[in-house]
Amino acid sequence: MNLTVSLTVNGEPRTLALDDPRVTLLDLLRERLQLTGTKKGCDRGQCGACTVLVDGRRINACLQLAASLDGASVQTIEGVADGDTLHPVQAAFIEHDALQCGFCTPGQIMSTIGLINEGQAGADPERIREGLSGNLCRCSAYVGIVEAVQDAQATLAGSKTERAA
Amino acid sequence: MNRFDYVKPASVTEAIAAASQPGAAYLASGTNLLDLMKGNVVRPERLVDISRLPELNRIERLANGDVRIGALVSNSDLAYDADFAKDFPAVAEALLSGASAQLRNAATVGGNLLQRTRCAYFYDTASACNKRAPRSGCDARDGENSQHAVLGWSDACIATHPSDFCVPLAAFDAVVEIEGSRGRREVALEALHLLPGTAPERESVLEPGEMIVAVRLSAAARSFARHARYLKVRERTSYAFAVVSAAAGLMIENGRIKEARLALGGVAAKPWRPRAAEALLVGQAADAGSYQRAADVALADAKPSGDNAYKIPLARNIIVRALHLAALGTPVRMPALPASPFSSPTGALHDA
Repeated sequence: MNLTVSLTVNGEPRTLALDDPRVTLLDLLRERLQLTGTKKGCDRGQCGACTVLVDGRRINACLQLAASLDGASVQTIEGVADGDTLHPVQAAFIEHDALQCGFCTPGQIMSTIGLINEGQAGADPERIREGLSGNLCRCSAYVGIVEAVQDAQATLAGSKTERAA
Repeated sequence: MNRFDYVKPASVTEAIAAASQPGAAYLASGTNLLDLMKGNVVRPERLVDISRLPELNRIERLANGDVRIGALVSNSDLAYDADFAKDFPAVAEALLSGASAQLRNAATVGGNLLQRTRCAYFYDTASACNKRAPRSGCDARDGENSQHAVLGWSDACIATHPSDFCVPLAAFDAVVEIEGSRGRREVALEALHLLPGTAPERESVLEPGEMIVAVRLSAAARSFARHARYLKVRERTSYAFAVVSAAAGLMIENGRIKEARLALGGVAAKPWRPRAAEALLVGQAADAGSYQRAADVALADAKPSGDNAYKIPLARNIIVRALHLAALGTPVRMPALPASPFSSPTGALHDA
């Protein structure tokens, strides 16, 4: 069986022939497009390391058949920076030391971008924690992650207040 | 995962034709199905991908005031639909208490109703499971069964239905629209799922090839919007299935209960609606004594299926508290931790 899938990946149109319908979006990104920033943790929708945006919404790439997404727009961690300028969420993760080993970080950042787009959490740490409960961090950098999300949220809202030096 | 034929029909009619052969399964978002396929728990020969059928992706308000939710509306789109959440706050709260944000963005209304049990022995292909392999036995009976059913179970199967969404849907008389090769029919959500009996492999009244196309909530169910809650005890604060949950809706006049709606999750192979408890509440004072008597009636037939006797008093307590929270009133804003027993009644920060 041969299937053709057309996707826009990080703004670039891609048309791919699939020899097997079992290919997930995650495996397509990592093994056929060499976009290995999206990580495979559990491969069962439990850890969030594979989080990407599909048509602007965060989803687990491991639980989507690539064939099913024909026509969709996909954004991965490779597509969030503007040239050498980091995305405000990336910059905030560095500033707040929101990682240790870094394996979960692409998923955390994509999930945070999705969370901020959804507009349900604001700066409330409880709502941020709840909204990111689908992203596990084995190093338990959660305190820094919540701070980074609050900071990035403020930056993106254009209301970042001056902090004491 | 086994190999399968992949077909992508352009309409419901085409999909039903494509799914009418043995071994076919519908693929909506696949958040449960792909997980099951990766574990070889289910091995469909053909996947009929309905995920992009536009006709099933709408939330409609019908002329008679009913709300009709297409089967492919995502959990998050429904929960964050402002009009829907205002009219059916316990349904929105249940949706937002389930899974993770990523899964809610993908998972669909129809898929939620038809998701499979999370019984570990159903998932483990090395274990005996009458649901996965009829007449092979049930390893849960002598296994880790602290999460299993206390109502409606049988010797053949003690698994529970894992859905949060279905619990308030059962309480508020939702109707499921089903389409198949012989046309369209409707069943009450309460009658969609089957108790295990001697055939736990048969989980719903759907016939082969039939598809859920929509779920309807009646205009009358909005009457509970001011006093409607979902409460869910989990083994961790977020992103966990219910140990026990309850949906409660009240209509209160002059301190007395005019009508009550109640359903339990995590206790049986279907969302459990204790109608006798609802009836007992009518005309009673909205107070702890009434809620306690209703809870006793609701669990009157409960019995442990293993190491889960604790679920019976837990379910009583959850009922009392859900009714109490409903009587206090639906929070103005969705709680930061939806359905959590750690939230304050108004949903404000518990550590603020």
